[in-house]
Amino acid sequence: MDGDLRPSGFTLTPDALGRLMPVFLSLDASCRLAEAGPTLAKLLGPAAMGKRIDEVFFLRHSPREVTRAALLRRPSLLLTLRASPHTTFKGVPVPVAGNGGVLINLSFGVGLREAVRDHGLSAADFAGTDLAIELLYLFEAKTAVMGELRRMADRLKTAKARAEIQAYTDPLTGLGNRRAMEDALARLLAAGTGFTLLHADLDFFKQVNDTMGHAAGDHVLRATAAILRNAVRAGDSVSRVGGDEFVLLIAGATSAASLVRLGRDIFGKMARPITFAGRNCPVAMSIGAAIVPAGRPIRGDTALARADVALYASKHSGRSRLTLWVSDSETRELVAGPQQRATERRQSR
Amino acid sequence: MHGLINKALQTFLCDSFGRATWDDVLARAGLRHRLDPDGFEAMNIYDDRWTQEILAAAGETLRRPQESLLEDLGTYLVSSERMENLRRLLRFGGVTFTDFLYSLDELQGRSALAVPDLDMPVLSISCTAEDSFALTCGPGWPGLGHVMLGVLRAMADDYGVLAVLDHCDTQGCTCPTGDRTCFEIITIRVHDPAHQAARQFDLATELL
Repeated sequence: MDGDLRPSGFTLTPDALGRLMPVFLSLDASCRLAEAGPTLAKLLGPAAMGKRIDEVFFLRHSPREVTRAALLRRPSLLLTLRASPHTTFKGVPVPVAGNGGVLINLSFGVGLREAVRDHGLSAADFAGTDLAIELLYLFEAKTAVMGELRRMADRLKTAKARAEIQAYTDPLTGLGNRRAMEDALARLLAAGTGFTLLHADLDFFKQVNDTMGHAAGDHVLRATAAILRNAVRAGDSVSRVGGDEFVLLIAGATSAASLVRLGRDIFGKMARPITFAGRNCPVAMSIGAAIVPAGRPIRGDTALARADVALYASKHSGRSRLTLWVSDSETRELVAGPQQRATERRQSR
Repeated sequence: MHGLINKALQTFLCDSFGRATWDDVLARAGLRHRLDPDGFEAMNIYDDRWTQEILAAAGETLRRPQESLLEDLGTYLVSSERMENLRRLLRFGGVTFTDFLYSLDELQGRSALAVPDLDMPVLSISCTAEDSFALTCGPGWPGLGHVMLGVLRAMADDYGVLAVLDHCDTQGCTCPTGDRTCFEIITIRVHDPAHQAARQFDLATELL
């Protein structure tokens, strides 16, 4: 006001101050609690008034002796309630002219959510200009969006895993497909621990397909897949790599004797008739094998070519046989299966 | 450990030492086939042991102590252009380096507001003498002290402050080899608050 020579300044009633700053704290000259804003008064209870500030709060970064000068030295304070629930406040202290006291405006800082929960606060407990409610809103919205994004990521991950399984699976038999076989082969070669590759091929499959229909052919493929799958360990790879061609990769099984046992097992099961709609589906199986010893790396297509040579030898010498590749000029027949008779029966029909 | 931490470690190793080194580290840690080909997902939670295994494998692959790798990671988090967002979040802490140091008290709370399952240990700063501070890193992330050492060095540069920093493990502790109950302490002495020009920082960003 023009002409007014009184020192400039404000005079506010505690009520007006409380509306502007509902979490204010005013201390008298000896640092005792004199007034508190309505929200803070609710939190502290009437018993706290008149106590020294360091009896009510634990002050971080404060000197051992809490004095007015020490409080005012720091631009901001961190105060934690000594009583449960140990709410932490951030505060800015300013001197109060006249009574030698200190006015501290407090806020909940990063502990806002906990304070709202612990003290059951509502919008009415914050100043109309305080961004606390906006912050709570933002936090809840962010949490909801983040949860939605995480669920979306989970869905995509599941879909990706399913697509990968599909990309590696032969849908008819549930075995691996050629890509699965190539990956398994590459892994075995990279591990360098030695393995056996068997290339199996159905004989007379085309005739079953042509004379009894595709449904019968599919049934034969599924039955054959089950026989091969059950003949090896769960960790070994069995794939259908073509119409009636299968590849088995057996980790570590690198002796001819174990191959003989495996061949007898497979041929024994293949000898039992596969029936479809009450009719016998007469097929046989020829197998070529190549052993890749540990620590002697060869290319994957070389291993496949060696098994192919042995498979050709099995077919050439009358089918239902398991032949082992020995060298570029030698193969050795390990098993001659009993199904030869079934085949002969079929041919004599 | 939260994917954000693992992803930061992955980005640091890839950027600093190349993708081939990262592949070697994964192979040595035995994680090559257990991790997606793209590496860590920022919003997934992973077994804590994976982080330890990757750190150990990185140390062996690069023939460097883990402590020095972790410190470089801390520096990278602040000074790499790719991590500009993180530097900004740290600079929110205050106008001066001392303000920033005091804001570390609130870093755990602020990080929990942003990413509730980050599980960052509590940091607490105390003023030990004029211009001298001690930062205590709570337990939970073994080696965090070394990362913070790199972060603080880079932040001192960012503020244009000359500061001398030291990492001291608490007594009888053998960090970062996995004692999860261990506190790590960093001592900070600010020698020249206006040693060089500070890097530009503006609270406002371009509005979308």
